[in-house]
Amino acid sequence: MEKIKKYFANAYKYRYLMQEIVRKNVKLQYRDSFLGMLWTFLQPLLTMIILVLIFGTIFGRSSEGVVCYPVYLLTGRLLYEFFTQSTKRAMRSIRNSASVLKKVYVPKYVYPVSNVLSTFVTFTISLSVLVVVMGYFLIKNHFTGAYPDLHLSWYILLCFVPILILCILALGVGLILSVLNVFFKDVEYIYEVVCMMLFYITPIMYSLTTFKKHGMNSSIIRVLMLNPLYSIIEMFRSCVLYCEIWNWSHFAYGLGVSLAVLAIGILVFYKNQDKFILHI
Amino acid sequence: MSKPAVEVKNVSILFNLNKEKIDNIKEYFVKLIKHQLMFTEFWALKDISFTVEKGERLGILGFNGAGKSTLLKTVAGVLKPTKGTVHVEGVIAPLLELGAGFDSNYSGKENIFLYGATMGYSRKYIQERYDEIVEFSELKDFIDVPIKNYSSGMRARLGFAIATAVDPEVLILDEVLSVGDAKFGKKSEAKVRSMFDKGVTVLFVSHNTDQVRRLCDKAIILQKGTIIANGEVNEVCDKYDEMVGKK
Repeated sequence: MEKIKKYFANAYKYRYLMQEIVRKNVKLQYRDSFLGMLWTFLQPLLTMIILVLIFGTIFGRSSEGVVCYPVYLLTGRLLYEFFTQSTKRAMRSIRNSASVLKKVYVPKYVYPVSNVLSTFVTFTISLSVLVVVMGYFLIKNHFTGAYPDLHLSWYILLCFVPILILCILALGVGLILSVLNVFFKDVEYIYEVVCMMLFYITPIMYSLTTFKKHGMNSSIIRVLMLNPLYSIIEMFRSCVLYCEIWNWSHFAYGLGVSLAVLAIGILVFYKNQDKFILHI
Repeated sequence: MSKPAVEVKNVSILFNLNKEKIDNIKEYFVKLIKHQLMFTEFWALKDISFTVEKGERLGILGFNGAGKSTLLKTVAGVLKPTKGTVHVEGVIAPLLELGAGFDSNYSGKENIFLYGATMGYSRKYIQERYDEIVEFSELKDFIDVPIKNYSSGMRARLGFAIATAVDPEVLILDEVLSVGDAKFGKKSEAKVRSMFDKGVTVLFVSHNTDQVRRLCDKAIILQKGTIIANGEVNEVCDKYDEMVGKK
């Protein structure tokens, strides 16, 4: 009990460091670039436009579970981008702060945690893209009626729940990866590939409902649904796009997996943190 | 009797030295299969015990590879002892390598806050000492320039100024008094001396027995991970000079 109390007192003391690192990451990300912070807005918008131009004709035709393809795509991609960016940064964080960790005592989890947090900050800023794009299509719909199912509802206020679950998942995965990366640098390259795979197996550009309807092998669909990112993204879409409360099985599954991964992450990190110094 | 400021009890540190560093999966499995995952055990510190009372200044002498840096890292909490315990009362400021917590893309000003936070201090606390830090480091004109454009002397000066501005209770000095040019060297020694008057506890590593005699009141000699002399500073320094002379 005494030990746990001490642990929290220590974490409390180093909250300033956490703040400073978050501040630093956000500030430095776009320093020296001409448009600066505007890139958090522009980058997802431009990628969305490109993906809509390329895949819109293939996946966007059927409105089944898609409602409005650009918004559908954007919701998925923003969450995917947050997840991969934060985990990638957390993964490299321990190695990148080797010079500090070798000289000064700092609780080591500060680095992966603050990297997830700083990505979260830029992610919340990038959500403004969603506001703008959604606003645009709502207005367009008002005049032309091109997207009859697109509405705005009070459910959108609940969208912080899936985001929170995603944070838990990202933190757990980030902690595990940061430990692995200390011992094996290969993880960085493997994870690049994994992230690319995630982009295709997560229903970001396509909709599983449409696939089901077109008679895709149901066992493949079941495997794809095991991906916790799918549950979380679907929850987010329920709030923003479908105007309904989320499917509670998505909620239970997403939260359950995320908490389990976080628990594993904490355990793995705690067991190995004293060995970091000998490997970095 | 108050608690000692630093208490090191039966500390041993074991390193597994493998011949090559293995940090990729392929090598790891190849070696595992070939049963070549061999480690040479190396005890960097063997059963070290000593205490430093509050306000005492301990010099640590020893040849290269004797375990001085390992000992300081253990006291600073960077390394965890394989056996034994280390207990430090109060805030500890390690001046091990100045500027280790700096980010080179950050300006001098921003780095002051970052470095302060690395030592566990709040923005507000550092803000109160900000002018003092800038003045002491003599970097007023460069404070908004990114650190990557600083010379190594400028970096070290800034690091020294921050680490000594925060009123630590225990100070670890690893040959940092040779920071910058002669003028700054003098200034930093004076600064450290003024901290002595406030009753700071010091662990000081050096090869220079003159400096140790001037700054410390007790000393130990480390050789191959064990303490071979422990006592009053002049006696121990005499012994060390003798050892150096013999070689």
